Amino acid sequence: MRTVLTLAAMRIRITLRNKTFLFFSLIMPLVIFFLYGTVFARSKPESVTYLMGPILSFTVMGTFWGLSMQLVIWREQGILRRFRLAPLSSGSMIGSSILANYVLIFPTVILELLLARFLYHVTHFGNLVSVFVLVILGITSFGALGLVVASVTNTMQETQIINQLLWFALIFLSGATVPLAVLPHFVQRIGLFLPATYFIYGLQRAMLDRAGLLSLGMVLFSLAAWAVLAYFISTQLFRWEPEAKLPRNAKLWAVSTILPFILLGIWENQNGRLLGNAAAMLSDRPTENAPPAERAK
Amino acid sequence: MPDPILRVEQLEKRYEDVQAVRGVSFSVEEGEVFGLLGPNGAGKTSTIEVLEGLRVPDGGRVSVCGYDPQKNPNELKNVIGATLQATSLPDKLRVEEAVRMFAGFYKRRRNPDELLKRFGLEEKRHSFYNQLSGGQKQRLALAMALINDPRVLFLDEPTAGLDPQVRREIYSVIEELKAEKKTIVLTTHYIEEAERLCDRVAIIDHGKLIAEGTPRELKQSSANTTRVEVRLSKPASDGALKNLDGVVDAREVDGAYVLHCQRTAPAIVALVKHLEAENNELISLEIATPSLEDVFIELTGRRLRD
Repeated sequence: MRTVLTLAAMRIRITLRNKTFLFFSLIMPLVIFFLYGTVFARSKPESVTYLMGPILSFTVMGTFWGLSMQLVIWREQGILRRFRLAPLSSGSMIGSSILANYVLIFPTVILELLLARFLYHVTHFGNLVSVFVLVILGITSFGALGLVVASVTNTMQETQIINQLLWFALIFLSGATVPLAVLPHFVQRIGLFLPATYFIYGLQRAMLDRAGLLSLGMVLFSLAAWAVLAYFISTQLFRWEPEAKLPRNAKLWAVSTILPFILLGIWENQNGRLLGNAAAMLSDRPTENAPPAERAK
Repeated sequence: MPDPILRVEQLEKRYEDVQAVRGVSFSVEEGEVFGLLGPNGAGKTSTIEVLEGLRVPDGGRVSVCGYDPQKNPNELKNVIGATLQATSLPDKLRVEEAVRMFAGFYKRRRNPDELLKRFGLEEKRHSFYNQLSGGQKQRLALAMALINDPRVLFLDEPTAGLDPQVRREIYSVIEELKAEKKTIVLTTHYIEEAERLCDRVAIIDHGKLIAEGTPRELKQSSANTTRVEVRLSKPASDGALKNLDGVVDAREVDGAYVLHCQRTAPAIVALVKHLEAENNELISLEIATPSLEDVFIELTGRRLRD
């Protein structure tokens, strides 16, 4: 455990010295915050509350990007093999990266909530316990997604491409940019297979409907199961050496981590209430402050 | 005699269709500096990285400080230190942070400040890793390799790519460690390094150990010969040169001809006569006592830095 803390402290330190990181984890989320808050919600507290789900999800989901890049760069540059000379396990390398991510992401989440409170005068944040549990699970599970990406890609370029594809799917098919309820029906159906959809939905239900941990059980359980699976698979596929070969079934294993959401997606597609609830949350908020896509309709 | 601290028996290592190490065996005694000498691609790094537990051998047996690197990796890692060839640290990690962090990974550890001082890194302690010169990076690597006060130290090409002055600096550091009776296994393709630093040297080529002994013993294997290196205006056949009076062996190496002569004067007379008869001309001629390089050429027909 001590080595995990030592490694996490090192990661935090060097990440804070990295300007690219500051741009992606602080500046970008704040740009999105102000864009959503001022332009799309026109600073109306109720609309800002509605958009807090998407805003926080941008901040939290982005973790997979930095995590996968760092791991792949460290492997490519032979940094991991130097660590391997010391008595360290792959679990502590991986665990420390997720731990460091909590410390690095949490302040931005808090800052966004505070800005919403004091800048846009949002007074109701719904069930904050649910919000924080979701954020914690989100950082873990989207971080683990980054680890899985790093475990099946070999070069920085490959990682960038995969990340880019994942990111587009996560933000456009989930309700992070365009509310789920106004997306075409078949896109909504696809969205039901994405962790991001449930994450945003969970955040919005917690904030708008004061949903407690129990009523968010399915979402929380799926995120947790995904995180555990992804973490386990990435420790199994962990490669210290740049020239280490991927096991033959590695990509299959990597894809299998999404299993909880395949199951949940099938269930939701059959008899779920998520789409109905998402539509209700959208129509409950003051209509003159429609988010971007709906106005464009 | 006590048991060797390190033992390698019939080691094999393959990479897909390349057989990098083919049945290498040697052992190292405690307090000894042992060198693996050979050209790039000879299998030195593969061998040393199997000993460090970084690579899985495909055959043979390896024991370091009584541990099998594959079966007891953590026990092994606690008692060895190493510098690697292709490695790095995060750019934005400071020198002092790196040493302190690695110290934290071990049960047994040396004082980080002392190591920084010893390796002349005190002034650089607050510098980022990416601000260090090649020599400073190598000194940091050495300091980090010693942080757990290892029983065996592995140095993979410790001076490759460094300029001569920095190289000498690293030599004196290694000589200090040698004086402290630290067990060191190093790989190198520099003759000077092997001759100067190693108690014993194993010459490796194409994955095979082709000679082993103290530098002196190895040189004595070609002891009674003198090395004559000539450049000619026209190519000559090795066979013809080999048959000259007083010449034991003749090979073409990099466009020059290296003759190993048992009796130097008659050999040179014979050579000049032969060239006259062949209408060939002597461009240059050099006479030297044999070095480890000659031993290598004798054994392989190639220079080390091919």
